[in-house]
Amino acid sequence: MKGAFAVDSAFIELDRVEKVFDVHRKTGFMRRELRRVRAVDSISFTVARGEMVGYIGPNGAGKSTTIKMLTGILTPSGGRLRVAGIDPSRERTRLAHRIGVVFGQRTTLWWDLPLLDSYRLMHRMYRIPDARYRENLDRLVELLELGDLLDVPVRQLSLGQRMRGDIVAALLHDPEVLYLDEPTIGLDVVSKGKVREFLRELNAEHGTTVLLTTHDLQDIEQLCSRVMVIDHGRLMYDGPLTGLHEVGDSERILVVDLERELPPIEAPAPARVVKVDGPRQWLAFPAAASAAPLVARIAAEYPLVDLSVREPDIEAVIAKMLHSLGDTTDPPSERATA
Amino acid sequence: MAETGRVAGRDWAVEKDLGARSSRVVDGLRAYRMITAMWIRSTMAYRASFLMTTFGNFVATALDFVAVLLMFSRVDELGGYTLPQIAFLYGLSSTAFGLADLAVGSMEKLGRRVRDGTLDTLMVRPAPVLAQMAADQFGLRRLGRVTQGVLVLGYALATVDIDWTWAKVLLMPVMLVSGAAIFCAVFVAGASFQFVAQDAAEVQNAFTYGGTTLLQYPPTLFATELVRGVTFVLPLAFVNWVPATYVLGMPLPLGLPGWAAFLPPLVAAACCALAGLAWRAGLRSYRSTGS
Ligand SMILES: Nc1ncnc2c1ncn2[C@@H]1O[C@H](COP(=O)(O)OP(=O)(O)OP(=O)(O)O)[C@@H](O)[C@H]1O
Ligand SMILES: [Mg+2]
Repeated sequence: MKGAFAVDSAFIELDRVEKVFDVHRKTGFMRRELRRVRAVDSISFTVARGEMVGYIGPNGAGKSTTIKMLTGILTPSGGRLRVAGIDPSRERTRLAHRIGVVFGQRTTLWWDLPLLDSYRLMHRMYRIPDARYRENLDRLVELLELGDLLDVPVRQLSLGQRMRGDIVAALLHDPEVLYLDEPTIGLDVVSKGKVREFLRELNAEHGTTVLLTTHDLQDIEQLCSRVMVIDHGRLMYDGPLTGLHEVGDSERILVVDLERELPPIEAPAPARVVKVDGPRQWLAFPAAASAAPLVARIAAEYPLVDLSVREPDIEAVIAKMLHSLGDTTDPPSERATA
Repeated sequence: MAETGRVAGRDWAVEKDLGARSSRVVDGLRAYRMITAMWIRSTMAYRASFLMTTFGNFVATALDFVAVLLMFSRVDELGGYTLPQIAFLYGLSSTAFGLADLAVGSMEKLGRRVRDGTLDTLMVRPAPVLAQMAADQFGLRRLGRVTQGVLVLGYALATVDIDWTWAKVLLMPVMLVSGAAIFCAVFVAGASFQFVAQDAAEVQNAFTYGGTTLLQYPPTLFATELVRGVTFVLPLAFVNWVPATYVLGMPLPLGLPGWAAFLPPLVAAACCALAGLAWRAGLRSYRSTGS
């Protein structure tokens, strides 16, 4: 019996994993150009059992491609990949019992059937013991507030309802790993909050390992102690979110409303005023630093009425980080004319 | 509480892992049964609509036989075959094809799923993709075609002149099952081709729907090259032409010897094996989509 149970410290394991797509493009009559897109370029990392990791990067970075390899949908072009000790593309159905997948962009539910029918089918397909199924279904449906929607065909659900329905479907069989590819895409603030709170609880109480991609920095801030950034298929950063701010030199903005119009605040460096508009002033300060001393100082010396702190958005942070790492190259693709 | 939950979860993981080791064929049939059962249940929730679509399917396919009847209002023989004899060929072809269409007809939608990447969702479930695809949107209304085929076959058996022997009696069910299996293989092979050419559904239809129409008429009506093609290249002739001419006591096509009439099970097995290989190759070439 091959190792069905990986060491807990390397529950997900990638060793120089690559995925190359050959893309044919018509460039004229009978002429086709073969372009190799290196969607994932020699990525190595491990994720321990019970970790909750954010996997971020700009559009086309290779996030979804990585997740597809981790589920066995795509076969890597090179490198070694293991999830729970299983080679996903070779033993896809065996791995399926141990993982849950939520694609924000498409549903894994049966489009024309009521939610409950999909769940019943999962119950049998995954051979979930009856008691366990009922327990999980009740708990998940309550937590994600789907009780009234179980009889509604999936195609009639709103995006947020469908997403929650998909999350339930992905968790009925108690997977040890949950992959989420943009689970909050298109959701309103309230729905996002619910999904996040649910994921946090899932990770804390059931020890489920979670790997999620997103373009929403708040997802990462509220959920992940560890974040990986990829760009052009390469892993650019792997560490805590705060470290990302340091590497990227990113800044937060403190917006202060004073009692009246005043000359720019004389803030202690490196904080500085970047904009003044009547009684309102904008100050930039390093994202990794605490806002408290700055606020205290301003409150002590100026007639402060109100204030707020704006977080840098994820794209800006990543852009700065990638820039500071000296990455300004084009996508690494090789061309050959066929 | 969380602790015990985790321990229990891990025990179950062992169980899950053992459960996931059963054979692919058994797994596939199991998944197929579950998914079709679900679709049948959902179809039956709208019984009136089911009856109407099935009846529609019945009428649409029965029109083919009406065409044959119209022809026989002008002539007594077609290619040396009488009406009951042609009905015999027709009934066999139509029933075998109808069964295959009922069982795996949904496969023809594969191209769409490859193009829009929704095949991804089938690949993360613990069941063979082939079984899930074949059972997807299981169309019970296709029973209409089967019913039509069975009725024509019944009419043929009641009116045709056959020197029944035990071998010929035995050949009847063998022919139907093998024929259905051959058509299933054509459906699967066609679907596999759609991994490469996603718009190939039309090509597939030419071989499936086109094939069954061809087989409804006697082989003597067609050019030798065509008969050779459907005997040795795409062996549809083994659905009915070869075994049925033997049962009817007519000369076998292409001057084949009498024992060729007993080949359908072997031909069907070979077709299914090849289709299975094609499917695996196709699935391996699947590369999802960029979004
Ligand atoms: N099936 C495919 N065929 C060809 N190229 C592909 C395919 N899938 C992905 N790619 C290419 O691989 C690269 C990475 O795509 P991927 O979908 O992994 O990006 P992503 O990080 O998920 O982006 P996004 O944030 O936009 O979802 C892109 O350049 C994309 O064009
Ligand atoms: Mg993506």
